[in-house]
Amino acid sequence: MGTKDINISIKELETELGQIRDLKFSVGRLVQESWTEPQGPTPFPSITALRGWDMTLLKRYRPFYMPFCDLCCLCTFGKCDLTGDKKGACGITMSGQQSRIVLLAACIGAATHTSHARELVTHLISEFGEDEPLDPGGLSIEVEAPNIRLVCGVKPETLGDLEQVLDYAEEQINALLASTHTGQEGNPLDLESKVLHAGMIDHVSMEVADIAQISAYRLPKADPEAALVDIGFGAVDTEKPVILVIGHNVPPAVEIMDFMQDNDLAGDIEVTGICCTAIDMSRYSPRAKIIGPISWQIRYIRSGIPDIIVVDEQCIRTDVLDEARLQKIPVIATSEKNCLGLPDRTRDPADAIVADFINGSADGAFILDPEKVGEIAVRTAMQIAPHRKRQKVPRSLEEGIEEAKKCTQCRLCRRACPNDLHIPDAIKAFARGDPGMLSDIYDSCVGCIRCEQACQQDIKIHSLITLAAEGKLRDESFKLRAGRGAIQDIEIRQVGGPIVLGEIPGIVAFVGCANYPGGGQELAEMAIEFANRRYIVCTSGCAAMTIGMYRNEDGKSPYEIYPGNFEAGGIVNVGSCVSNAHISGAAIKIASVFARRNLRGNYQEIADYVHNRVGAVGVAWGAMSQKAASIASGFWRLGIPVIVGPHGTKYRRMLLGRSDHEEDWYVYDARTGEEVYVGPVPEHLFVAAETKEEAMVMIAKLCMRPNDTSRGRALKLTHYIDLHRRLIGAMPGDIHRFVRTGADIPITMKEEILRILDEKGWKETVIPDPTLIARQKTEQQP
Amino acid sequence: MSPESWLTAEVAGPKKASVITKPEIADAMIKRAKRPVLVVGNIATEIDLEDRKLIDYLIDLAKRCQIKVVATAHTNAAFLERDFAPDAVMSAVDIANRLADPDWKGVDGEGAHDLAIFVGLPYQMAWTILSGLKHFAPHLKTISLDNVYQPNARWSFSNISIKDWIMNLKSIIGNQET
Ligand code: SF4
Ligand code: SF4
Ligand code: SF4
Repeated sequence: MGTKDINISIKELETELGQIRDLKFSVGRLVQESWTEPQGPTPFPSITALRGWDMTLLKRYRPFYMPFCDLCCLCTFGKCDLTGDKKGACGITMSGQQSRIVLLAACIGAATHTSHARELVTHLISEFGEDEPLDPGGLSIEVEAPNIRLVCGVKPETLGDLEQVLDYAEEQINALLASTHTGQEGNPLDLESKVLHAGMIDHVSMEVADIAQISAYRLPKADPEAALVDIGFGAVDTEKPVILVIGHNVPPAVEIMDFMQDNDLAGDIEVTGICCTAIDMSRYSPRAKIIGPISWQIRYIRSGIPDIIVVDEQCIRTDVLDEARLQKIPVIATSEKNCLGLPDRTRDPADAIVADFINGSADGAFILDPEKVGEIAVRTAMQIAPHRKRQKVPRSLEEGIEEAKKCTQCRLCRRACPNDLHIPDAIKAFARGDPGMLSDIYDSCVGCIRCEQACQQDIKIHSLITLAAEGKLRDESFKLRAGRGAIQDIEIRQVGGPIVLGEIPGIVAFVGCANYPGGGQELAEMAIEFANRRYIVCTSGCAAMTIGMYRNEDGKSPYEIYPGNFEAGGIVNVGSCVSNAHISGAAIKIASVFARRNLRGNYQEIADYVHNRVGAVGVAWGAMSQKAASIASGFWRLGIPVIVGPHGTKYRRMLLGRSDHEEDWYVYDARTGEEVYVGPVPEHLFVAAETKEEAMVMIAKLCMRPNDTSRGRALKLTHYIDLHRRLIGAMPGDIHRFVRTGADIPITMKEEILRILDEKGWKETVIPDPTLIARQKTEQQP
Repeated sequence: MSPESWLTAEVAGPKKASVITKPEIADAMIKRAKRPVLVVGNIATEIDLEDRKLIDYLIDLAKRCQIKVVATAHTNAAFLERDFAPDAVMSAVDIANRLADPDWKGVDGEGAHDLAIFVGLPYQMAWTILSGLKHFAPHLKTISLDNVYQPNARWSFSNISIKDWIMNLKSIIGNQET
C-alpha cells in the first residue's frame, strides 16, 4: 500500500553516549516486534490479491441475478435498456450491471462503517490520547483483533495503531468505488470478487470501531453476563424528562450520560434510544433504555414522549426533523454526515442554544461537539419536560375513528405497503369501532409510513395503527442482555473442537435490520428454536433488540432464559452493528486459537478453514441497508453462508450452489491430495427464504460442513430432518447428498434412511481433511 | 389501459407482461407447453376462494393438466394434507436458478421445462424472481396466476377481483379437462 511511512532500522550506532544496538523506530506505522507470528502471503491485500480465492467460491456459488430494474441510468448515455442480452451504451450487460449495483451497495456499507470508525477513533484519540491501549477483553482475550490481524497482518495495541488500519480501509474502498465507474469493471465475476473485498474491509472497519469504543469507554469486555437492560416503549418513565438518541455513533449519547452523572442527575432523566446508538449506550450504562429497532422512530416521536431528539449517523429517518417539528420537539444533529439542514451552532454558547430551544425560536441545531451536545440535551430536556404539551394525533379513539371514516377504500395504502398489509379492510373495521384488525397490522408493520404517503385522504394511517395497538405499545417492556463485545479465547478453546467436528450443530448469527416480512416475533421464535436445539446463537443490532422484544408465558425474554455465553444453547448478544466483527472474529479465532493456524496476513487459508470446518450461518431476516449488504459480503468471503428474508431478493442476486451438479462439490483431501466428493455443504452462500419455516430448515442444512465427523454429521442431519419433517411435512428429498458413510446416519432413523439411500443409488465416500486450495493438500492439517 | 403493478412502486419495463384478458390465453399456453411446471408459494395455502383455498384449485390444475409441481417454503405440508405429493420441494430462488439453466433436466430429470407457472409467492419475491427469469431464461415462458399484475412474467392477470380470479381459475381448470 502506498503509505508515506518512515521506517528506520539501525543495527549498530556509535554515538557520544555509547553504542546502541538494534534500534528501530517508525513514524506512522506499527512496530510489530512483540508479535512473532510469521507474516502470511497477503497482508493489507489489494483489491485483487484474493481474487483467486473469490473465484474458487464463485465457481461453486454462482450469482443468480434478479434485476430490480431493467434500465441503467448511471451516466448521460442512459437510460440504457439492458433487458435480456442487450448491452448498454458503455457495453455493460445486465449481469454486470447487477453486480455493479451490488458492489456499489457494498461500498456504501463499508464506507459507512469505515467513516463511523474513523470519526470514533479520531474522537477517542482526542479524548484519551493515541496511546490508550486496546483492551477488548482483558485477560480473556489474547487475539484482540482477529479481522485486523488476518487481513492486515498487524497487531494493533493502541488507539493510534488503528489509524493505519483505517488508512488502508479507506484506500481500498476508494479503489472499489472507482471500479464502478462507467467503462471500468464490467465482468460480473470480477465485480463480485470486489464485492467480497468490500465485505472483508467492512469487517475490519467494524472491528476497529468496536474495539476502540470497548477499550476507551470501558464497554462490557467479552462479558457473557453483561447487564440486563430495559427495552421497549413501556419501559420508559414518562413522568421524567426524556431524551431520545437515534443512530449508530455513540459519543454524543455517552456525553449525555456523563453530563448527567457529573451533575447528579443520573436517576432523574430517561435516556432512550433507537437503533445501534441505543445498543451501544446501554453497553456504556445499563440505565439507558432502548426503545426498539429503526421501525420505532415514527411511532415513538409521534407519541410525544421525547423532550429532545439527538441524532448522529446511519439509519435515521431523513424526515426526523419534520416529524419532530409537528410535536415541537427540538432536534440536535451531531454528525457531519447528517446535518439535516440545521444551522451550525457548534461555537455558540450552550446557554444560548438551550434558551432558543426553550422559547421555541429554534427547532434544531447542528452541533459538532459531543460534550456540548450532552449538556444541551440534558438541560433542554429538564426545562421542557415540565411544560411538555403532548401533540399526539389523533388525540383520542373517537377522533381516530372519525379520521378512519374519511377512507374511500381506494386501496392505495395497501399497494404502497411493502408487506402488502390489509390496511383498507382494517381501516373500515376501525371506522366501525373495531380496532382488532388494525392492531393486528401493528405486529407486521415496519413503520415506513409509505401507506400515509399514498393516502389521498391524508389519513394518518400509521398513527391509527399505533392508536389501535396502544395497549400493545404500553406493554412493550422487556429485558435485553447488553452487548458483550468479543468472544473470549477460552470460550473458543472450549467449543472449537465440538464445532469443527460438528458436535455442536452450528453457530447461527441473527443479525441485521428490521425490515421483517411478517413481524419481529418470527425472529425471536427462530432464535429460541436454535438455542433449544443447542446451537450457539449469536446476535447483534436490530436483530438483537427484536429477539429481546418477546416474552414467554412466564413473562421472560429470551435473554433472561438463555445464557450469554458462547456455548451450545447460548443466546449471545455481541452488541451493535459494528460488533458483527466479533461474530466473524469468532469464526476466525476458531482457526487460530483452537486450530493454531497462523492468522497473520493469511486470509485465504483461514477462509478455506472456516468454509470447510466451521458450521456457521448468518441470518439477516430483515436485511434492508447497504451496511447489511457489506456485512453479508464479509461473511461470504470467509465462506460463511447468509440467509435473508423474502425482501432480500431485492439485493439483486443470490449466490447459489447447484446440489445436482456433482462436479461442484469436490474438495482436496489434505492427507492424500485426492479430490473427494463431499456433497453440497454448505449448499448456498447467499439465499433468500420465503417463510420462517423455510429459513429454519435452511439454517440447519447450511450448518453442515465437509469436516463434520460422523457423529457430528448425524447430529446435524437429525436437526435438519426433524425440522424438515415438522415444518415442511416430510423427509427431505436430498438426504442422500449429505450421508457420506453409514455412520453418518442418525441412529433413530436408520432403516428409513437406508431405504431412501437405496432408492437413490447412494454410494459411500470418505470423509476427507477438506480444503479447496490445491497447494494446501501437501501440508498437514491440524 | 396499461396495467399497473399491484405494489404501485414496483414499476418494470420496458419489457412487461402481456395481460391474460381471458382464461383461454392461459389455457392455450398450458396446452401448448410440452413440459410445464407449477411453482406454488406459501400464500396459496392462506387465500380463501369461496369455500376452498387457492391451493385446492392448483391441485386440480396440476392433476388435470399433468403439470409437475414444485412446492416452495412450507407449502409442501399443505399439499400432503390434501393427499397430493408435489414433484419437488425447493426454495423459490433455487427453482428459479435451475429454471434459468437451459441444460437443467427438470424436476423429473426428463428434460428442460418450457413453461413455468408461478403462484402464491410474496408479491415482491415473485417480482424479483420473475425478473431474473425474464432476463436470463429466454428459453422459458412464465405465467403468473396470482390475481395481481406481475410485470416480469411473460403473461399475467391484471389486478383482478377475487370473483374474477375464481372464474378464471375455474375456467382454466375446466378447459383442460380431457
Ligand atoms: S453506465 Fe453504461 S449502461 Fe449505464 S447509462 Fe451509462 S452507458 Fe448506459
Ligand atoms: S407503515 Fe406499516 S402499514 Fe404503513 S406501509 Fe409501512 S409497513 Fe405498511
Ligand atoms: S389510501 Fe387512504 S383512503 Fe385509500 S384505502 Fe387506504 S386509508 Fe383508505
